[in-house]
Amino acid sequence: MTARRVAIFGGTHGNEMSGVTLVNLWIQNGKEIHRKGVETKPFITNPRAVEKCTRYVDTDLNRAFTTENLSAPSGDDLPYEVQRAQQINEIFGPKGSPEAYDVIFDLHNTTSNMGCTLILESSKDHFNLQMMHYIKKAIAPDSCPVLLTEHPLLKYSTSRSVAKHPIGLEVGPQPQGVLRSNIFESMRVVLKHALDFIELFNEGLEFPPCTVDVFRVSEKMDYPRDTNGNIIAMVHPNLQDCDWEPLNPGDPMFQTFDGTTLRYEGAGTVYPTFINEAAYYEKQQAFVTTRRETLAAGAIKKT
Amino acid sequence: REREREREKLLYLIVSLPPQSRVALCGGTHGNEMSGVYLVRELQKLEKVGSATLTTVISNPRAVQMCKRYTDVDLNRCFTDAILSSPVTDATPYEVRRAQELNTLLGPKGSAGAMDLVCDLHNTTANMGLSLISYSAQDWVILHIYRQIQITSAPVRFILLDLPLADAYSQDSLGKHGFSIEVGPQPHGVVRADIFNIMKECFNSGSAFEGGEVDDVYTFVKSIDYPRDPETNQITAAIHPQLQDRDFCLLHPGDPMFLMFSGEIVKYEGVEVLHPYFVNECAYYEKSIAFHLARKMTLTIPPLRVKRD
Repeated sequence: MTARRVAIFGGTHGNEMSGVTLVNLWIQNGKEIHRKGVETKPFITNPRAVEKCTRYVDTDLNRAFTTENLSAPSGDDLPYEVQRAQQINEIFGPKGSPEAYDVIFDLHNTTSNMGCTLILESSKDHFNLQMMHYIKKAIAPDSCPVLLTEHPLLKYSTSRSVAKHPIGLEVGPQPQGVLRSNIFESMRVVLKHALDFIELFNEGLEFPPCTVDVFRVSEKMDYPRDTNGNIIAMVHPNLQDCDWEPLNPGDPMFQTFDGTTLRYEGAGTVYPTFINEAAYYEKQQAFVTTRRETLAAGAIKKT
Repeated sequence: REREREREKLLYLIVSLPPQSRVALCGGTHGNEMSGVYLVRELQKLEKVGSATLTTVISNPRAVQMCKRYTDVDLNRCFTDAILSSPVTDATPYEVRRAQELNTLLGPKGSAGAMDLVCDLHNTTANMGLSLISYSAQDWVILHIYRQIQITSAPVRFILLDLPLADAYSQDSLGKHGFSIEVGPQPHGVVRADIFNIMKECFNSGSAFEGGEVDDVYTFVKSIDYPRDPETNQITAAIHPQLQDRDFCLLHPGDPMFLMFSGEIVKYEGVEVLHPYFVNECAYYEKSIAFHLARKMTLTIPPLRVKRD
């Protein structure tokens, strides 16, 4: 395989400011992202949402890259983000074809305390696994959890999925619409290491087999709600900000507005993440549980 | 009796006012500031307590429904005399109409029929703990309320905006006495249990109204905007990590303010040592405000005698 065509997406959600800012910076001056032997294209995926500093205009762009949407006849009557998905698929895809971009990094922020999380879509993507292994080593002792979204029901059709090797960068906690310097700089550093990896790969360096610890997504947990759909409890203070920490059966999970504790009643220990993400209230998600797994990556070398 | 006392405790602060006091508690003035929305909804489930009548209001229901700060214009800038008396046409923004409705409900502003006390609940993305914001240093009632607030889970401060009533633009100015409660940090659109509980705890307070000194009073001096690109107006720096989350700390001449994306540091070049607040509030980017600067002072207030029948 080759890693010759790389894209960096910002503004897939228009109010996630680190990616918007970095990509705009690199569109003006791409020196920082330039690497030998590779075309690195910075790109604002949802310019209308960025302009309004909102997550999306009609529908979530990062859920819009379904086969149905991408193969639908194009037209002005389609939701803005579906039209946009079709355009992006034309430029960087077509999704699933040999002409698609090799690698796409999709830059996101979250209100959850997820640190610098890397999102992996396939457990069999050895190139991505090797890259994530490289990044984790490079930023140690700081950590870089890997979230594996491979799941029959919970996997969603992201903008980056147009590429052969999609990588999500999810950095938090940061409020929507806010730019925090430390969050911005951490995303910048992770991307720097990712591009260094690609440069080394393109120079012919062989990466030996390795293992990568990941968190595989397991179950979506919603807030308790009343019959009108309004939430009746909040993420419990003991769980708030505890992304990637173990949640055991019997541990506090939610707190009602009058102070009652609701506890986790699962069968075993899970590792919650995306805890109290602002954008997920409307998707009926308070957090998602994950299970730890170790994935094996085979050796890779440029062919 | 015990249970009744427990329920009264939630509104003790308000009950301590003269009997027949009319009090309004407002949430959702900004539709994505969630603590106030949920606290008002919870209070709407409680019956009238003690001798004060409590009116609870979701100020901007459309914005709450959409979980946005506002639909057309910022509601909490619509309460100046000029906007409240402006004629309504088809082109009038939703929030201006709503402000005039709220003026009828809670005011009219400046009149004898207005609510005795208007308390407006807000959140901020800035690390401001619990801050009370009000207009006049002469309002002993508000300053006494500030002194009563005894919470252990966050620092409590008072911010003074020196504006004549006609120019006062926020909803709390509708009442004879009024203040906003600002609790942070919380992302907009999120409800954090710890932040919600701080706001709730605020209403369990003491009962003494002795005179004396009031500390931790900050008076607004000026605002500072982000460095921006002169052509595109896009920001070119973020709040410096040494200033981020450090609301109410001292900013000295020469202290770092912004970290440019290019790596340079922009330093504070004022002459006076001041206290920054509303540092990195999401909603203020569009108002060209990176943070406000305030002068700290101590006020002295006389004891408050509560008239009872």
